[in-house]
Amino acid sequence: MFGFGILSGLLLLPLVGAGFILTLRGDEASVRRNARWAALIATLATFLLSLVAWARYDTATAAFQLVENHAWLTETIRFKLGVDGFSMPLVLLTTFLMPFCIGASWLSIEHRVKEYFVAFLVLETTMIGVFCALDLVLFYLFFEAGLIPMFLIIGIWGGKRRIYASFKFFLYTLLGSVLMLLAIMAMYWQAGTTDIPTLLQTRFPAHMQTWLWLAFFASFAVKMPMWPVHTWLPDAHVEAPTAGSVILAGILLKMGGYGFIRVSLPMLPDASHYFAPLVYSLSVVAIIYTSLVALVQSDIKKLIAYSSVAHMGFVTLGLFTMTEQGIQGALFLMISHGIVSGALFLCVGVVYDRMHTREISAYGGLVNRMPLYAVAMMVFTMANVGLPGTSGFVGEFLAMIGAFRANPMVSFFSVFGIILSAAYALWLFARVVYGKLEKPNLQGIADLDRREMIILAPLVFLTIYYGFHPSPILDVFAPSTEALMQGMRAALSSTQTAAAALPVPH
Amino acid sequence: MNAAQVVLPALGPALPELILAVGALVLILYGAFKGEKSTEGVTVGTLIVLILALFAVVSQPLGAKVTTLNGAFIVDGFARVMKSLVLLGSAAALLLARDLFERERIARFEYPILILLSTIGMLIMVSANDLIALYMGLELQSLAAYVIASFHRDNVRSTEAGLKYFVLGALSSGMLLYGASLIYGFTGSVSFPGIVTALRETSGLGVILGIVFVSAGVAFKLAAVPFHMWTPDVYEGAPTPVTAFFASAPKMAAMAMAVRVFVGAFPAVTDQWQQIIVFVSIASMALGSFAAIGQRNLKRLMAYSSIGNVGYALIGLAAGTEEGVRGVVIYMAIYLAMTLGAFAVILSLRRGRQMFETIDDLSGLSRTHPWIAFLLAMMMFSLAGIPPLAGFFAKFYVFAAAIKAGLFTLAVIGVVTSVVGAYYYLRLVKVMYFDEPQGGYEPMAPGLRIVLGLSSVVVVLFWLVPAPLVGAAGVAARSLF
Repeated sequence: MFGFGILSGLLLLPLVGAGFILTLRGDEASVRRNARWAALIATLATFLLSLVAWARYDTATAAFQLVENHAWLTETIRFKLGVDGFSMPLVLLTTFLMPFCIGASWLSIEHRVKEYFVAFLVLETTMIGVFCALDLVLFYLFFEAGLIPMFLIIGIWGGKRRIYASFKFFLYTLLGSVLMLLAIMAMYWQAGTTDIPTLLQTRFPAHMQTWLWLAFFASFAVKMPMWPVHTWLPDAHVEAPTAGSVILAGILLKMGGYGFIRVSLPMLPDASHYFAPLVYSLSVVAIIYTSLVALVQSDIKKLIAYSSVAHMGFVTLGLFTMTEQGIQGALFLMISHGIVSGALFLCVGVVYDRMHTREISAYGGLVNRMPLYAVAMMVFTMANVGLPGTSGFVGEFLAMIGAFRANPMVSFFSVFGIILSAAYALWLFARVVYGKLEKPNLQGIADLDRREMIILAPLVFLTIYYGFHPSPILDVFAPSTEALMQGMRAALSSTQTAAAALPVPH
Repeated sequence: MNAAQVVLPALGPALPELILAVGALVLILYGAFKGEKSTEGVTVGTLIVLILALFAVVSQPLGAKVTTLNGAFIVDGFARVMKSLVLLGSAAALLLARDLFERERIARFEYPILILLSTIGMLIMVSANDLIALYMGLELQSLAAYVIASFHRDNVRSTEAGLKYFVLGALSSGMLLYGASLIYGFTGSVSFPGIVTALRETSGLGVILGIVFVSAGVAFKLAAVPFHMWTPDVYEGAPTPVTAFFASAPKMAAMAMAVRVFVGAFPAVTDQWQQIIVFVSIASMALGSFAAIGQRNLKRLMAYSSIGNVGYALIGLAAGTEEGVRGVVIYMAIYLAMTLGAFAVILSLRRGRQMFETIDDLSGLSRTHPWIAFLLAMMMFSLAGIPPLAGFFAKFYVFAAAIKAGLFTLAVIGVVTSVVGAYYYLRLVKVMYFDEPQGGYEPMAPGLRIVLGLSSVVVVLFWLVPAPLVGAAGVAARSLF
């Protein structure tokens, strides 16, 4: 079809849905109903199409697949799409989580329903675009374009301090990203192209790598978010509507990790090696410090937001160990955290829709009235802690092995993060779910209804399934990780030989 | 005197200017005979003349280079592209003015004719290949502009704006003229190719001094810092359609003039004027973004926004390379669309005879006028440089040129100020989308709809088909090197 393939279809389908919703006319109630159904159908169709892409995907090779290539800005800045072992699982995660977000917004969004779903569908296109782009300018375009719908989602449908949170989110991430744009341009003039597969084969001079790495780091570290530039995240999470938090924690945070694995590590191996201790330090601080901060939170969403920062610390730690286990673990943790943190925010949404508060002290003893909810919440809490048998364990464990090989001290300190995560997550669970049901306004609270069960059940299943059987995901990552490791080893050894061959300066 | 020696120079290349000049004379006669009733007819006639001139510009092959009038007048790819932008800007400004002037009962047939005369001046500025032609074009453009700034003559703010513009404008013209005479004195030539040849052999302090004075004059016309002081007052005081005109077509011409002078006449001393442009660019970007934060009035906000945008466009000029000029052309074209679109929305904030022009008047516009609010939000995100909107690509090309030329400090300061700038553009989006509505406005006039529609198409859909503009800008830039 006009040379456009399945990935363009993935980008186009949500936009078609958004366009359809925009044309809806009629009385308020029917527009709302139709908008909801149209958004659900569009996201489900996108998910099905991504499954078709998955069926055509060959997991045995590290090469880019389903590639599409069209003329765009110039002959060398092209509209090029494709997926490999790193991006395919993230694309699936995005399309998989979107219908849940639509489902979670079914009743909780009451005003400006049409615009809400349009914003969400546009956001889906930009997220898929980030993971599919095989051209750095195109990557940047989607990376930044996602700010617009997210800004509106937080600002229009958010909580009390939504305006502050939306501005902070937007300006923080924009400031990080503009430096990345300059780095992309510098790479363009050096290599003559922004084509990602070509840049993967390009060796940049060592001094240039340092600056490029820092510029990309500014963007990815904010997006990730890493300590100390994480402060936008708790604000954005607390104020965003439930589905916004799910997308923020589930997908948007993964863009930072994806950027590291797509650009920083393979294209700038010398600088990555040079800066690895910096990343270790920031990761360890993030793991311990934000876990401690999470302990003292009184707002459920804020607690989960800080726990996300801590988990992302494990991701950056694993990635920059530059060992196979570390990278595999970090990637697995990204997928697992996408499912688990998304599910936790959905759980918060369930009680928030009933009680309209997120204060931990307003709850207690929910297990008496909501047994099903308690089970679901427990599974996700355990996965958040990293209990063996849940998907959270696999990623953290592999990342720790990688860290131990790279630097035992680092792994020693990051273990405290696991202990602390057990502390804050279990304490949260105990305060919200266990105990006596004493609060008078909780007496009539209802358990999960059918819609909520349909939303949570698949997530419970996947959390446990991937905990026992992680290989389907790990096998997809494996060839690409292998290729990345080979490339980096070759690059680093050649640099070291070159450095050894040089006369020692005095 | 031998009659054979007097040869009329070839006027073919100046066909667009001739069309405008003849059109202006015919229309002024028509208006003078018909009196006040002729305003409608003159406006339509002016639009037709502008469109005819546009056809005359684009009908010639884009890349061909012709000079005439003893080399004083040059038509090349750069001139054609910039002239098209000027003509589009003038035509849009007329469309924006029509409805409001009739309502305010200040519609006079002189207004379209003054726009037409100013446009002739701008086209000559774009095509000038020597200092005298340049000055002539500049003055023709400015004189007409002084009059239309004070067009609402019973209004104190409007007359003050006109006077302020005239006094400061005359001062800057004087500086430019003084610089031009210094350059002539030290190089012995007023024509740009002549100056290029002279400077290859020798360049002294006198020429540099001349360049500094010329830069001051150019910076005034561009409203670049430190010669920007007139802009907020004139923008706020002049009738809004006039402000829209000042923000669009004359900016195109002034930027074309800057490129023509610096790249066309002084390539031999690039490292000298580069310092000036880098300073002006940084100062404009910084002032444009920081000073705009405190503004409540939309027209003043747009004034500071235009100062900042000129700063970004000057990044391309500071690079002094072919990529840089291409960036400037792309930037100005996209800026034209963004600014006209924004002014079309500002002009539509009207109930009866009352105009609204503060930020708070936009409150809740997304509820009362969803489409207008959506399009203005797109303009604002575009001005902030967020992809995939056109404003991102505008910034992309100038910053890419700066990186290639090694101007890293300039580029980093540029992107950081663009984040500061994003704050006040976002504030408009916030007011429209997050605040409670204050009551609706009257439906948009057809002229405003046309301008807003066309500029929105450029701003929102540019990323799908970037090739035509990027290609044309590439041809334009190549013709100067």
